[in-house]
This record gives sequence, C-alpha cells and structure tokens, in this order.
Amino acid sequence: MKTQDFVVRFAGEGGQGVVTSAEALARMAAEVGYHVQTFATFPSQIEGGPTWTQARIAISPVLSPGDALDVLVALNRHAYEEHYPELRPGGVVMHDASFQVEEQGHTLAMPFTELAKQAGEARSMNMVILGALAHLISMPRQYLENFVRLRFKGRDAVIEGNLKAVALGFEHAASGEFRLGELALPQKPAYPQLLIRGNDALAVGAMAAGVDCYIGYPISPATPVLVFMERNLIGPGKFAYQASSEIEAISAVLGAGFAGKKAMSATSGPGLSLMSEGIGLAWMAEIPLVIVDVQRGGPATGMPTKTEQSDFFLALTPAHGDSMMPIIAPGTVEECLFAIIHAFNWAERYQGPVIVLSEQTLAERVQNIPKPDLSSIAVEGRNVYRGGNGYLRYDGWEMSPMPVPGGPGAYVANGSEHDPFGDTTHLPQRHVQMTERRFSKLKALEDGTYERHHAEEPIALMPWGASKGPALEAYNTLSSRGVRLAWYYTMYLHPLPPKLLQELQKKELVLVPELNYTGQFSSYLRSQGVRAESVRQYTGLPFKVRDLVRWVSERVEARGGRMVHA
Amino acid sequence: MTQKNPEYDFKWCPGCGDFGVRRALEFAMAERIESSKLPMETNVVIAGIGCSGNLVHLLEGPQPFGFHGIHGRTLPIALGAKMARPDLNVVVVAGDGDFLSIGMEHIAPQAARNLDVCCVVMDNAVYGLTKGQSAPTTTLGAITSSTPYGKAEEALNPLELYLTLGVTFIAQGFSSKVKDLAKLISAAMAHRGFAIVHVQSPCTTYNDTYDVLKGNPKKSLAPQIWDVPAEHEPSRREAAFQLVQRGGVPLGIIYRQEGRPSLDQRLAQLQERVKPKSVDELMAAYQLS
Ligand SMILES: Cc1ncc(C[n+]2csc(CCOP(=O)(O)OP(=O)(O)O)c2C)c(N)n1
Ligand code: SF4
Repeated sequence: MKTQDFVVRFAGEGGQGVVTSAEALARMAAEVGYHVQTFATFPSQIEGGPTWTQARIAISPVLSPGDALDVLVALNRHAYEEHYPELRPGGVVMHDASFQVEEQGHTLAMPFTELAKQAGEARSMNMVILGALAHLISMPRQYLENFVRLRFKGRDAVIEGNLKAVALGFEHAASGEFRLGELALPQKPAYPQLLIRGNDALAVGAMAAGVDCYIGYPISPATPVLVFMERNLIGPGKFAYQASSEIEAISAVLGAGFAGKKAMSATSGPGLSLMSEGIGLAWMAEIPLVIVDVQRGGPATGMPTKTEQSDFFLALTPAHGDSMMPIIAPGTVEECLFAIIHAFNWAERYQGPVIVLSEQTLAERVQNIPKPDLSSIAVEGRNVYRGGNGYLRYDGWEMSPMPVPGGPGAYVANGSEHDPFGDTTHLPQRHVQMTERRFSKLKALEDGTYERHHAEEPIALMPWGASKGPALEAYNTLSSRGVRLAWYYTMYLHPLPPKLLQELQKKELVLVPELNYTGQFSSYLRSQGVRAESVRQYTGLPFKVRDLVRWVSERVEARGGRMVHA
Repeated sequence: MTQKNPEYDFKWCPGCGDFGVRRALEFAMAERIESSKLPMETNVVIAGIGCSGNLVHLLEGPQPFGFHGIHGRTLPIALGAKMARPDLNVVVVAGDGDFLSIGMEHIAPQAARNLDVCCVVMDNAVYGLTKGQSAPTTTLGAITSSTPYGKAEEALNPLELYLTLGVTFIAQGFSSKVKDLAKLISAAMAHRGFAIVHVQSPCTTYNDTYDVLKGNPKKSLAPQIWDVPAEHEPSRREAAFQLVQRGGVPLGIIYRQEGRPSLDQRLAQLQERVKPKSVDELMAAYQLS
C-alpha cells in the first residue's frame, strides 16, 4: 500500500533556514493538492539556538502535527541527538555530512552546503533538502520543479540555480539504496483553497469583520497580527498603531470603541495580565471591543515560544469585581478566521469586551483550508442611538442603543458604578440592578454552535482550542478500536451554547483534554454541573495522538470500561 | 449633569479649586461652540479618577460626551478616541496624582506623537480623593498622611518635565482666575497638537495653598504666582526653560511650538500613497493556484 501520510522534521540552528524548509515543503505539497500542516517552535533569540519545524503531508485533511517522524533532517549533531528518539521505527535520518551518526538503519549523509554551492545558488539548501525528500517518498520531481518556477517567477537565474539544487539533492539521495515508500498521489480539491497561518487567518478575519482600529504592543506569539494591521489597516477612518505598553493598548482600544469604532488588540498572557483593569472598564462602561490572547506557556515571562492553554481562567475573569467575559477559542486555522468575526459580532451585540483565545501552535501553524465564503456570516454593526439629547444610556436591564460622540445622546461612559445617565452612584439597589443588567446581556450571546457525534454515549470527549485536532484524531482511532465515546466540541466557551450545556450535564463523564496543570476548562464545566475531568499535559507542546489514545482509554476503562476489544 | 441628580453623591468641599476649573472649562467649550458652530456633542471630556475627575459629572448646561474610566489612563483613552475620530475635540481632565504619578508613563509617548488633545491638569499637590497622601508635586519634607515624618522625594516641576518631553503647548493657570484660565484652555483646544494647561487648583481640606499662592501680608507670605511677562516669546524653548526655572508659579502661556504635524496629520501623510487592500485582495495573497 502507498503511504497516505508522512511527517518530516527539520532541526538545526535558528537562521539555518529550518523554518523556511518546512513551509516551502508545505506550500509545494499543497499546490499539488496534498493536505498539509506545519508545526514550529522557535528559540526566543533571533540568531542561533536550536530550532525545529515540522511538516505533515497527507492525502486527507491533517488534524495534528503527527506523533512520530518519518524523516528527520538534522543539520547538526545536537539536533540529531535531540530529535532522533522521535523517529518512527524504519524512519530515515537525513543529516549534514559534516558530522557522523551511529549507523542505526536508515541514515543518509548529505553535504547540504556543498550541493547548494555546486548549484550556484548559496541560498538553495532548502531545495537540496526537498529534492532529496522527493526521492525518499517517490514524489514526482516535477512537482518541485513547478514550485520553483512559480516561486521565483521572473528571476531566471535564481530558478536555474534552484532547479539544479533540486536535481542535486534528488540524485544524491538516489545514490543511497533505500526509499521510504511511495506517497499516494494527491487529489486536488475542486474548491479554491488558502494556505495560511493561524495568525494571518485571524487578521484577515478581523478585516472581514470591519475592524477600524487596532492598537497593540509587540509580544510573541501575537506580534504578526500587529505587523499585519500596521501594513493593512490604513486609510480614512482606520487606525493601526504600536502602543507604548499593553496598558496603553487596551486604553486606546477603549477610547476607539467608545468613539464608535470596531476596535481590537492582540496580545499574549503577560499583556492580557496588564490589560486586566481596562477590560473590566469595558465591561463596566459597556464598550464593545475585541482582545485576542495568543496563549503561550507559563506565568510571568514563562515560555514565549511554547504553547499552552492556561489562560482560560484569566480570560473568563481578567478583572476584579463581578464580571465574566465572553470567550471564543478557535481550534483550527479555519476557525481562526470565523472566530474573530463572531467575536466582533458579539462585542457589538452585547456592547462589551470579547476575548478570543488562540495559542502558539495555532498561531504559527500553516495549513491549507477551503477558501472561506465570508458572505456566509453576517457582519453586525453598532446599534447607534439616534434620538434626542437627555438620553438614559444605561437604563433598565435591556440592551440600549449606543450614542456615538458627535451625535446626539451625550452621556458619561463610566467605570464607576453609575445611574442610567452614567453618573456615579453608590446606592445598593442601583448596584444590584446594574450588575444584573451587565450579566443579563450575555443572554444575547447564546447563539454559539457545537459539534457532536454519538451523543447517545454516556462518556464524552470534549477538547477545546487547538487540542481539537489531536483529540479528534485520537477519537477516530479510539472509535476504530471499539472504544465508545461521544464527541463534543465548540469554540464558544463562554457563554456555552445552552443546549450543549444541557447535554453535557446528562453525561456520566466528560473528558477534557487541555494543555494546563490546573484543569481550567473542566473546572469551569464542573461549576456548571457537568461531571468533567481534565486530561492534562503541560510540557509546552501540543498533545500527541498516541498519548491521548492511551490516557483516554485508561480513564474509560477505569470507569468500568466500555471497551470492545476488536 | 444638567440638573441635580439625587443618586449622585459626590460633592467638592467648599472652596475646592476644582469649582473654578469647571467654570473655566464650561466657558472654553461654550466659546468653541460659539465660534465653530459645532454642537456640544463634538466635545469629549475624558476624566481621571480623583476629586478632580468628577468634573465630568458636574458640568452644567449643554452636556459634552464624557468618559470617566480608571485611574491614570486618561491619555491613552484619549489617544484611541482622537485617532478613531480626529474630528472630535478631545479634552483630558485629571488630577496631579492621576496625570503625573500613575499616569506618568503616558505623557512622553503622546508628546512624541504630538497627539492633538487638550489636557487640563488640576494640581493640588496632594491626593484628595484618597484623603491626603503625598503626590509628585508635594514639596520635599511635607507632612501628609503617607509621609508622617516628612516627604522624602523631591517635588516634581511639571512644566519643566513637559518642556523636556517636547509637549508643543504648555500653559499654567490658577483656579481662582477663571477668565484667564478659560482663555488658556481655549488656546490649548485651538492648538493643533499636544497641549497641557497645568492648573494650580488648591485642596482646601488636605493642602490649602491659597495663601501661599496669592500671598498673605498678615502671615508675611509673598505671592508665589506671577504673570508671564508680555515680552515672553512662547515659541522660544530656551526662554520657556528660563521661565519655569525662575521659581514661583508663572501664569500664562509658557511654550507654544506651531507647525509640527500632529499624529493624525503625520499618519495621513505617511500613508498618502498607499492604497488599502480589500478583504478579497488580502485573501488572494494566500490563495493556492
Ligand atoms: C489603580 C488604582 N490605584 C489607586 C486608586 C485609588 N485612587 C483614587 S484617586 C487617587 C489619587 C487621586 O489624586 P489626584 O489624581 O491628585 O486627584 P485629586 O483627588 O487630588 O483631585 C488614588 C490613588 C485607584 N482608583 N485605582
Ligand atoms: S478633598 Fe480637596 S480636592 Fe477633594 S474636593 Fe475636597 S478640597 Fe477638593
């Protein structure tokens, strides 16, 4: 049988082109119709330091980065030693000929730099590697050649050098006597596709939602959103700007939201911590805005370039006092695009802050997705007050139209407890009414959708965020082994779709795979009367499918088992 | 608030300088409506947290839009509001604690950007709302509730700070001279760029400086306030530095630099030749062939 799926990791030093190799491979494969996903983790320093990236290529949609490596491309001895244990039995090590490796089956020494030099194009090492890979998996060389022609269109000398590099890599690999097996030919989808990174999908989605103002402060792994906005959010009525801190960013976003605009910022955990008071102000003064938290690892500075799902609690209640933020957490690159549009809709509809929880692996992941039909979701705008002056902006328990400065209905947007006009008050009955008013507005956000399969099963698997992919792959594996489980998933974490919550409350057990120590989402579910337990990992890396399969089946068996050993 | 609101329970103490600042701001906004023919709702007053910030609720007559947010963040809120809507007249009102202590980090960036807002800073050299702690402008050695043995920090000279940071309009007023103050605020609003009117606004309860400012022969106190002389040229930075280093409390326009583009103008210039892309065009960059 032909190979359906293969995983290659490029490991070396920062600055050696490791990142671009995985992405070039992904792009080339996606162009001919394979499904791809990349996975990257970077050192924090700019030059040097161990770096690796991974690409998974398959003939059906890719759900996770891949557990075991079919090919390890090691550019130095350290990279070889560190990553060798993840090679699958029978996998191939392609390593730089400048160092020796213990003969352990399939190894291939490649003089990468020399071959690139021979090709006459010093920066073509990527193509040498890709040429060699093409041989290993019997991928038509023509795919690569077309890719080179497309990529360097109009620069004939560069094309020639790179084509030569491909050929040299291919031939050098062909001088070894083994191959990995033949990768099945792809079936190019009939629909148009994008090859896009999670952060870019989010930024494009925000543009589609009609964002007017973006103010942000650089922080890994959210910086690319700032860079995108500085470049593209321009023109009359638009404003993108690098703030002097996250405190300045959230405050400026508040000012823009108040002034009638759709405003947002993207940050990571440390920035979200600094935004705490400002987000509380948005809740209190009822100002629409969107904050993206691209989660990274650990408290304080933590692990800036690693992944974790440990900001759920922070996102839910970032501020002091009684408040609970709406949260949307996309689980895939495609969902990034839609999540941000829904977030803007929610913000405008309930007139308050909405948090989007992304995470490092998702933000950096490059994936092929169907080109989204943006007309499929309605973009909601501001419910603007158009009456006369003397308006009671915060009257009653219901949502009230929002006056926009310059227009009628001047009021004071107030972060202190206030009366209907917006003047400060401390009356107990007023605080009761206003607190209830603010919470009751969340009812307008109960339109979230969710996925479910085998809802009749009493034990359910319900991941959130980017653990969706590995969990779904694990779910499929478990199902094929006869482990009976229900599947639930939603990106609308708060408020949860009410029907979903009702279904979950009836389950014997809901298992929540999540990348944190504190079991945050299952803890929230338990507070809502769901018998939920987390399946936790806190390594800074995403779940491996095989670990999830093992951990989930252990939990299921411990419950008296519903295993049908096939 | 146009009329007495029974739920609103905040009151300034009798004699508080902030009464005069409020009057002056009302005059300046009325003057702006009169001369520009724009409605009052094109004014946005962004208030800090402190006794002073309550000004936004206590304004009488036609009401501007107001934003009474959190302690120390008036400037960045103003940044967002102004850049979102350059057509609005954005006014910041804040105490010295709000503006110069917790909010200090926000002054330099707005000065570098020449953000086109007008700030009215009510300096009483004490924290009023939290009942009398020391502030950046409190004098060295002063006894306050948080400095029982005397203040250990040197007092800040705010005008010198503003000059150093490159604020393009700097004036100082006194809450008891309402008409003069109103003129300074009007000039600051008209200035295209970052304008600060620093106001001596005494706190009768925790730091009554009326005698010190105006002088009191009975206590043999010479007045601290003096008028900026008519021959002072506000466009000369050197002259402005000399003025603020002379001691006492100069009243009037200290510094005014004209012609430097404000942030909104500069961004418009920089992006003039860039054509914004539509969502479809943005998406096309990622499309597989
Ligand atoms: C983050 C935060 N820290 C502290 C406070 C408490 N607080 C309220 S007003 C104030 C200082 C007020 O002094 P100033 O700005 O000089 O205004 P004044 O009351 O003198 O007019 C402080 C410390 C707060 N509201 N928020
Ligand atoms: S405490 Fe001082 S600053 Fe506050 S209202 Fe009274 S006099 Fe004014």
